[in-house]
Amino acid sequence: MSSVMDVLPYLVAAWVFLAGCYGLATSRNLVHAVGCLSVCQAGTYVLLLAVGYRDKATAPVFSDIKPGSRPVVDPVVQALTLTDVVVGATVTALLLALVVQIAKRHGTVDPDELSELRG
Amino acid sequence: MTRRARLWVLLTGGAGLAVLLVAACLRLPHFGGDRHPYGDRAVHASLARRTANTISSVNFDQRAFDTLGEMTILFAAVLGCVVLLRQTQDERRARPEPADVARPVRRYALLVLPVALLTGLYIVAHGQLSPGGGFQGGVVAATALHLLYLGADYAALERVRPVGRYEVGDALASSAYVVTGIAGLIGGTAFLANTLLPYGTFNTLSSGGTVPLLNAAIGMEVACAVVVLLARFLDQAVEIEEESGR
Repeated sequence: MSSVMDVLPYLVAAWVFLAGCYGLATSRNLVHAVGCLSVCQAGTYVLLLAVGYRDKATAPVFSDIKPGSRPVVDPVVQALTLTDVVVGATVTALLLALVVQIAKRHGTVDPDELSELRG
Repeated sequence: MTRRARLWVLLTGGAGLAVLLVAACLRLPHFGGDRHPYGDRAVHASLARRTANTISSVNFDQRAFDTLGEMTILFAAVLGCVVLLRQTQDERRARPEPADVARPVRRYALLVLPVALLTGLYIVAHGQLSPGGGFQGGVVAATALHLLYLGADYAALERVRPVGRYEVGDALASSAYVVTGIAGLIGGTAFLANTLLPYGTFNTLSSGGTVPLLNAAIGMEVACAVVVLLARFLDQAVEIEEESGR
């Protein structure tokens, strides 16, 4: 049982990432595709936080616990996750802006109908 | 290639990737293990510089230079959105129509707005002490302003939110971060090194050296950036119309 728990969070991260990839490749709507990219990124959040977890540990914030009194989880990966979330949000905003422009210029958001070139 | 053939190529590649990922997961250190050498060192360094929130210490002290890069990404993305979502020649601006808002919605939005704004500023100000910081608090403060759009209408939101000033604020906050870094150079240490200011008393607002300053700069930058971003998207939805009305 515990050997399953040893790797399960990593497998969940891989699963979420692959589910996002599947959605991205089969998507028929660009807004949906941007959402799928966010799902892929959510997989990386799960992976980072799973790497940093420590059994019976609490958050690495010492405003209400005495330093050294309890084990804390790895703060480095938590900071990396924060960076990941911020970059993910900005990329989503930029991609949605592109989708707005595509919808205006081509009148469709289906990637399969965007095959022809236009000047 | 047909859709069906494409799906088969995807499934083959996906299955291969899944096998590799599972193989990699099985070789990773066990979940919940006790060996976190970098984490232990980061906690030690954070306590030595009297920053109670280790994650803020990692972001604004130990990895302050990386956060500069992250801030630049945010700034560039906002710039890109502003350029992409500008009003083009074949579009015109329509005055947003006043909308009726249900009384409970209006009352609730106007009641929660100041509370949410204050919460956002609190989270920014206590970034070096408790969970939160400039990134999180900035988003809370910026979205709090938009409760006015829910509670009143778009014209009311535009009165409290002159977008031009927020664009200037975004640029000023980004420069404030760089200036804090350069102050280290002038003071005889290194760029963005947290050795210039006294570290203060542990677990008080002024503790942590330059961490609260950088944290406040990021808070202002994120709040301004989110306001500008949402303004551009709302403009597209509410104000800008195509001339020929396709």
